[in-house]
Amino acid sequence: MLDIKNVEKTFNPGTINEKKALNNINLHLDEGDFVTVIGGNGAGKSTMLNMVAGVYPVDCGSIVIDGVDVTRLPEYKRAKYLGRVFQDPMTGTAADMQIEENLALAARRGKRRTLRAGITAKERKEYIELLKILDLGLENRLTAKVGLLSGGQRQALTLLMATLKQPKVLLLDEHTAALDPKTAKKVLDITESIVEKNNLTTIMITHNMADAIRVGNRLIMMYEGQIVVDVRGEEKKNLTIEQLLQLFEASSGSQFTSDKVMLSR
Amino acid sequence: MEILGQLLNALPGSVSQGLIWGIMAIGVYITYRILDVADLTVDGSFATGGAVAVMLILNGCNLWLAMLLAFVAGLIAGAVTGLLHTLMGIPPILAGILTQLSLYSINLKIMAKANQSVNVNQTDLLISLRWVKELAFHNPLITVGIVIIVLIAVLYWFFGTETGCALRATGANINMSRAQGINTSFNKVLGIMLSNGLVAFSGAFLAQYQGFADVKMGQGAIVIGLAAVIIGEAIFGKIFKNFALRLLSVALGSVIYYIVVQAVITMGLDANLLKLLSAVIVAIFLAIPYWKNQHKAKHMVKSKGGKANA
Repeated sequence: MLDIKNVEKTFNPGTINEKKALNNINLHLDEGDFVTVIGGNGAGKSTMLNMVAGVYPVDCGSIVIDGVDVTRLPEYKRAKYLGRVFQDPMTGTAADMQIEENLALAARRGKRRTLRAGITAKERKEYIELLKILDLGLENRLTAKVGLLSGGQRQALTLLMATLKQPKVLLLDEHTAALDPKTAKKVLDITESIVEKNNLTTIMITHNMADAIRVGNRLIMMYEGQIVVDVRGEEKKNLTIEQLLQLFEASSGSQFTSDKVMLSR
Repeated sequence: MEILGQLLNALPGSVSQGLIWGIMAIGVYITYRILDVADLTVDGSFATGGAVAVMLILNGCNLWLAMLLAFVAGLIAGAVTGLLHTLMGIPPILAGILTQLSLYSINLKIMAKANQSVNVNQTDLLISLRWVKELAFHNPLITVGIVIIVLIAVLYWFFGTETGCALRATGANINMSRAQGINTSFNKVLGIMLSNGLVAFSGAFLAQYQGFADVKMGQGAIVIGLAAVIIGEAIFGKIFKNFALRLLSVALGSVIYYIVVQAVITMGLDANLLKLLSAVIVAIFLAIPYWKNQHKAKHMVKSKGGKANA
């Protein structure tokens, strides 16, 4: 479903701030794979997702989504294949627009935007049903401005928007990191149920090791722009945090201590 | 009492001017509020609209066709600014200044000199300041009033379409828009075009109203447009929530601006100080939301204390 081949990215090349963010990344995802990604600050997790999404161009390598080479497509054209949820709850929704307007924008992802009505009565009914599933009371606030919602509500809404039109790949960039623990759990639960229901191919970056082990069928760990740990299936299910740290130290040749704070256990 | 009489006498003229500039202010609203871009092209495109209309009318063109072509000229001016910004990566304010500057030359070329007059005795016009107190369709109050209502209706429809929603989303959250597959560059160009089209259309009305087009007629137009947007929001913001009503409040803001200007002039203010006064008023109103936020932030730090890092 997704193929990342030999992708490299260096920021600010030739300057004192030169930073090799991705160093020859290769990743293949089968349809229905749910991969969790962990790694310290600056390991290249977000950069990898942004490369897939087309936020910045790759230096070399290619990105293929469901057989389509998207390496040279601009961000807005790739959006046709991708659902995205960001770390900052403000990023995924338009605060000044209504809940139903945000959903209607997402419903037209990958379609030509014409002079037909931006939202129809039939859509409104569908949105009410979809919002009921979130169980956040949003179904009664269809015309409320999104800016009035809490961070958790906005992330849940963004998740709904990202999956309203079935994406080929769902990209979740630490989408629960900015939320309080209780809300984070709720949003993660919603995430799991949506992914399972639609059998979505998913990449989820998280800072929480326990979540990374519990959720999904595959786990990768990144270090200095490379994928250093890649476990799946039964092996992943039976993993403990201690084993994961050992795996990391064995493959990267460095202690995890400096990053421990970031990877809350 | 005498001043009040003078004011009442001048009122139809002030309201007419306010309505004409109101169309321009609606154009500014599209860039400044919807697209979140301060577009300075308008100072040039306003005069372009006037110049195109006057030259076409002098050459015997149909009046409404002349208005339409003035609108098209504005669209083109907006497209230039939009492409300077999106295709060449020039910051929008600078892109607008570049277009505005080049329009000065272009406007001179269109008119062949710094100003051209259309005499209402010799040529038929849509509106003229001579007719402000006549009870007829060509009274600017009636013609421009109807045009504004039609324009608001069309814009209300447009911003409810898929394309219009995408344009609003582009201004509201550009990252989200791209993630939802919206071509944000296209929408920025479209919004700036539409805005300048309306501004030029407004310039075409003003040239007929005052009986001439002048290369300098758009000088400071952006400030008047912003003043109208801000006054409209300050007075009607609490009660007008609907999009169409908000556009109407911008046009009314412009009318109020011109009535106030007329009032201070009637009361003896030196007319030369007018632009200074406008700039100061706009600066203060632009600062108010910023000050409010700062005040709020201070207040929050005090009440929350050490919880900031929680």
